[in-house]
Amino acid sequence: MIHITKRKEMPLWQSLSVRLGAILVAIVVCGFITTITTGLNPISVYATMFKGAFGTPRKIWILLQEIAILLCVALALTPAFRMKFWNLGGEGQILAGSLASAACMICLGGKLPNALLILLMLVCSLVAGAVWAGIPAVAKARWNTNETLFTLMMNYVATQLVAYFVIVWEVPKGSGNIGIINQATEAGWLPQIAGFKYLLNILLVAVLTVVMHLYLSYSKHGYEISVVGESTNTARYVGIKVDRVIVRTLLLSGAVCGFAGFLLVAGTNHTLTTTIAGGRGFTAVMVAWLAKFNPLVMIASSFLLVFMDSGAGEISTAYGLNHSFGDILTGIILFFIIGCEFFIAYQVHFDKKEGGHDA
Amino acid sequence: MFHNERENMKDFNEIMMNRRQALTLGLSGAAALALAACGGGSSNGGDAPAGDTAAIKAGLICLHDENSTYDLNFLNGFKEAMANLGIGEDSYMIKTNIPEGQECYDAAAELADAGCKVIFADSFGHEDYMIQAAKEFPEVQFCHATGTKAHTEGLANYHNAFASIYEGRFLAGVAAGMKLQELAEAGQLKGAAPKMGYVGAYTYAEVVSGYTSFFLGAKSIVPDVTMDVTFTGSWYDETAEKEGATKLINGGADLISQHADSMGAPTACENAGIPDVSYNGSTQDACPNTFIVSSRINWAPYYEYAINATVAGEAIDADWTGTLATDSVQLTAINEAVAAAGTAEKIEEVKAGLADGSIHVFDTATFTVGGKTLDSYMADVDTDAAYEGDTEVISDGYFHESEFRSAPYFDLQIDGINLLDTKF
Repeated sequence: MIHITKRKEMPLWQSLSVRLGAILVAIVVCGFITTITTGLNPISVYATMFKGAFGTPRKIWILLQEIAILLCVALALTPAFRMKFWNLGGEGQILAGSLASAACMICLGGKLPNALLILLMLVCSLVAGAVWAGIPAVAKARWNTNETLFTLMMNYVATQLVAYFVIVWEVPKGSGNIGIINQATEAGWLPQIAGFKYLLNILLVAVLTVVMHLYLSYSKHGYEISVVGESTNTARYVGIKVDRVIVRTLLLSGAVCGFAGFLLVAGTNHTLTTTIAGGRGFTAVMVAWLAKFNPLVMIASSFLLVFMDSGAGEISTAYGLNHSFGDILTGIILFFIIGCEFFIAYQVHFDKKEGGHDA
Repeated sequence: MFHNERENMKDFNEIMMNRRQALTLGLSGAAALALAACGGGSSNGGDAPAGDTAAIKAGLICLHDENSTYDLNFLNGFKEAMANLGIGEDSYMIKTNIPEGQECYDAAAELADAGCKVIFADSFGHEDYMIQAAKEFPEVQFCHATGTKAHTEGLANYHNAFASIYEGRFLAGVAAGMKLQELAEAGQLKGAAPKMGYVGAYTYAEVVSGYTSFFLGAKSIVPDVTMDVTFTGSWYDETAEKEGATKLINGGADLISQHADSMGAPTACENAGIPDVSYNGSTQDACPNTFIVSSRINWAPYYEYAINATVAGEAIDADWTGTLATDSVQLTAINEAVAAAGTAEKIEEVKAGLADGSIHVFDTATFTVGGKTLDSYMADVDTDAAYEGDTEVISDGYFHESEFRSAPYFDLQIDGINLLDTKF
């Protein structure tokens, strides 16, 4: 028989080595699968993945930019998750922020001084994202609706809303495409620092990471979030207004998602499409969970996911393999990383009494 | 067989010299090679030593991967061109699943970093990002399929390409008309007059041009035909396309065609036993009882042209329109089990008419708009946010499609075509 018992706290060095071991095992398994299915040398495949991420300065900048945006969304979801409010509406909140930014750029581009326009875009994006998360939050606080379903459904509403405005602003008519907004005037575009396209995005998210860490770990709000997450009854008992904390935290969560939308439109893409969020609202859930909702650890987990994705792209270009193959490798590695958490939290005992059945 | 086709092309070339594309044709690498092979004359594009061509590096950016019929069509054309030019797998790079955003610029810049001298992209929304990259890498040629801005952007290294697919659609429409005539003679029409259904993606000129030329092809056989058109609001949405086709079939359509990239419409036709004229490639394997024929753009001639021109150090046309003569516009094999008797012969006859100029797809004598025959129309050829008509495109009794830029701009709503919804 197999007995599973909860462990006491595992020492840090031990838990880290379990995780490292899991990654090594995952890499070996991926190697076998690569060789069996494609006949390629796994070492050269891994080398290609590294080249895809770090091969040229441009690739490194792209990697950092992707990490920044994904991290920003993960940071947005974290306060809600710490409160055990499962905000799966990141995608919609990013889209709401993107839509607000794009609307300002299109309607006011050239009519306002650029600095004022960017400020207005920022404010509108934050508000739009906050509203998109605030609606399910109020419903949860007032009527105890299911936040998972509600936030998820808000994604579809946002996608359709963006689809509508894409048709309003499309060029040429009927194409379903807006193209780069203000390509000639660059009105509403975030400035480049020292000629680096993505540096400002990266710096802004770096600052946000620190601020979010301080907010969650050292502020009264952060403490209230933790208490509500542990037990709403305890929170009520100690005098925390749970409804208010839920709504306030979700407004923050949505606003930071809106900020990600702002960065995507003003800083990176300079356009609006229904796919601009690119699934980050969901990928960020994994980033946050892998890091156990610790903002600083999230840097590592978002790096891992972005690295795997850019590696997958590079493999498909270098070896003519479908992108899905890279995704399979990513899936295997994540399986091992998440799986090893089980062995960190629990201990497995093999009971020899009924020998022969312990496999 | 390939060689024979090329030989036939030589005749087409000579016949079509009066057309605007003819100049392009003469310079086209692929056509030029064929001409040279047939002793039809020399040309600049094909003279480059083979060694140089094989040494060049080329890149392709695709919106999706081979699971999308649209992208598969580009990937097949690209690989065919690489094989024809002797460019090995190490010398070309393909980036798939590149969204229509900054990722496209990044991908193009990475390909340029990797030494690609010609970079192609396949999706309309890639255009602005390709232009951005073209400005940054003036020594690299950027060739964008389906775009509209090259002729107004004025960059020496940025180019658009398309094909006169409206001619292919017209021929496919002839096959549809033949089938409707057969059904009418057998008394198998659902209503008194033949009716077709068409599943479109957006109300975009490319789609309007496509369904109108298809309709006119059918109308040239069965003059009393009408057509319902529905739009899905997506280039690829299998469920919506299937539902759209079913809606059209329930609305009394005797035959279906589509301009969207999934198997949705062909599958709905196969399930309902309604004949289907497909797009992008044959769907005969999945729909053996309903597939008639499909038109497609063959991109290989353009890739060969652009790469040959780059190797030879010649300018690539800002707008390049492939034609039946360049083998850019193709029909797949006809499914004889479904097509009406004599379809292949009729198609050949019409094809010859298109080639010698005796038939024009958008002949203003064959259609009316609001009950009137057109003698003038200002089309939106130069892309602007106000969709302003800027170019007179009707002269000599026909609408000059894909001549003032490669991407289609026919966006008239002609009589006999009923748009069920235009929300997209």
